[in-house]
Amino acid sequence: MGKTAIEKIFAAHTEDEVAPGKVIWLKLDVRTARDFAGANVVKRFREAYPDERVADPEKTFFTFDCNAPANTIAYAQNQQTCRVFAREQGIRVYDVDSGIGTHVLLEEGIAVPGATLVGTDSHMNILGAVGAFGQGMGDVDIAFAFRHGRTWFEVPPTMRVRIRGNFEYPVTAKDLTLFLVGKLGARGALGKALEIEGEAVEALDMAGRITLCSMATEMGAISAFLPPSDSLWEFVEGATGRRDFPYPTADPDAEYIQELEFDVAGLKPIIAAPPRPDNVHEVSELEGERVDTVFVGSCTNGRYEDIRTVAEILKGRKVAKGVVLKVAPATRRVWGRLLKEGWLEVLYDAGAVISHAACAGCAQGQLGMTGEGEVQLSTGNRNFPGKQGKGPTYLCSPATAAASALFGKITSPERL
Amino acid sequence: MKQSVITGRPWLITDEEGRLIDDIDTDQIYHNAHLAVTDPKEMAKYALGNLKGWEDFPTKVRPGDILFVGENFGAGSSRQHAVDCFLALGIGAIVGKSFGAIYKRNAINSGLPLIEVPEIPLEELRGVEGVAVNLETGEITGPGGRLIVRGKPMSQVALEIYRAGGLLKLAVH
Repeated sequence: MGKTAIEKIFAAHTEDEVAPGKVIWLKLDVRTARDFAGANVVKRFREAYPDERVADPEKTFFTFDCNAPANTIAYAQNQQTCRVFAREQGIRVYDVDSGIGTHVLLEEGIAVPGATLVGTDSHMNILGAVGAFGQGMGDVDIAFAFRHGRTWFEVPPTMRVRIRGNFEYPVTAKDLTLFLVGKLGARGALGKALEIEGEAVEALDMAGRITLCSMATEMGAISAFLPPSDSLWEFVEGATGRRDFPYPTADPDAEYIQELEFDVAGLKPIIAAPPRPDNVHEVSELEGERVDTVFVGSCTNGRYEDIRTVAEILKGRKVAKGVVLKVAPATRRVWGRLLKEGWLEVLYDAGAVISHAACAGCAQGQLGMTGEGEVQLSTGNRNFPGKQGKGPTYLCSPATAAASALFGKITSPERL
Repeated sequence: MKQSVITGRPWLITDEEGRLIDDIDTDQIYHNAHLAVTDPKEMAKYALGNLKGWEDFPTKVRPGDILFVGENFGAGSSRQHAVDCFLALGIGAIVGKSFGAIYKRNAINSGLPLIEVPEIPLEELRGVEGVAVNLETGEITGPGGRLIVRGKPMSQVALEIYRAGGLLKLAVH
């Protein structure tokens, strides 16, 4: 019997039999911790393995992104706890100046096709964008992974989603993603791996691949895998100087627990209304609702391409009076490119507040929180009640966010 | 060795209309405002603190109590706090229709038993003073050993981790 994408990655990282439902011991190529759970990882490691070393410091990293640079003393302490441990163990720290950890792993060529990576970020599965297995885990799991370089894992069944048809700007990867979250629902892929394929998927740029894979979490999935594409290999070559990685592609006779097909021809811009990411609507249905704050960033839509889209729409214009536009690039590298190419100036002139690269509102970081009644549009991935504050949060694409910031109300980018 | 039958008072995590709440995410279990907390005693105070109608849960629960929850319990983030806050309160086990994938791992790794039961017969649990959850068979029984429902047994690896007292105490060869 053939293997699915995730089964192929697993088979290359275990001596156990790989089949859905089997528990295997999985070798982990990379283990990471962020600032939020990192201090707990260190605490657990010190308690459980007081005189021991991590399995391999070259494969172990800290990435600070939740609250970076720390704006609370508690976070500053947690980060310092990680730094001290990192020095003792010879572990590299991507510090508070780096940006969102998963994106740093991609840019640095640490996450490559076919690799297995774990970290304390529930959106580690973003790394599916390069055909890597990324898995978010809690601090107990990560302390164990730091020490042993492997962990137990129940092989998930795989679900295949075929996308038929194509769409054009201003409909984007985020609209496709929200469309799928709406179709599958918060637990449509619960405990499963996803393979999402089709022409529209192969046509996505790297930022779009990241957007789509990032919200596998909001469909309940373990991870999402996409077919390889030119954009993928260009990105991988840029990050590593190589293209000779084993890309995990399912065998033709691989077995799927479920197969779904959706037609996206004629797809319209999509928005997720509070209180859940799967509460999706066409933007046109909600047009006219007042917006107080627009947040552009997050691991889902904080890439250069995402923010440039916003800047292109806002060029020579101003956001509506009373609207605060908040922009947080995903990484320092993205930030620098936007700066050097003049896009940050465009955003500044349009009235945006631009923060440093990090997670922002999703982790109560440097910006992106709301007060009661404050209506926020966000390019992020979650709008659960109270997550970013008491205000209602809508999830949308960068283009919809920009159009809505211009008019001060929910606006489809088709109107521009 | 740790017991494979857990007994305790059942708590049905339901909404105002008495239905099990589905998709309770980790921010509702343990809000991100308290992520910097590393002391379990402090974490205990925030359990279910952002779930409407359940904010005072930590003051009412007793050690050994067993939670019954709906679908996809623990969806969302990877925070261990959302498991540790229950451990700190002494919760004996969580019985749910399904669990978020990361949450399930975190609970198993911390030694908090989870049992999956596709259908939870609420009427048979209401007013019951104590239930017994058998981790090896997945059976949930009421007073006098009356079978209430049969869930999925815990996997061998999960049981080994539970018996070891958590993943970090597991002997690794």
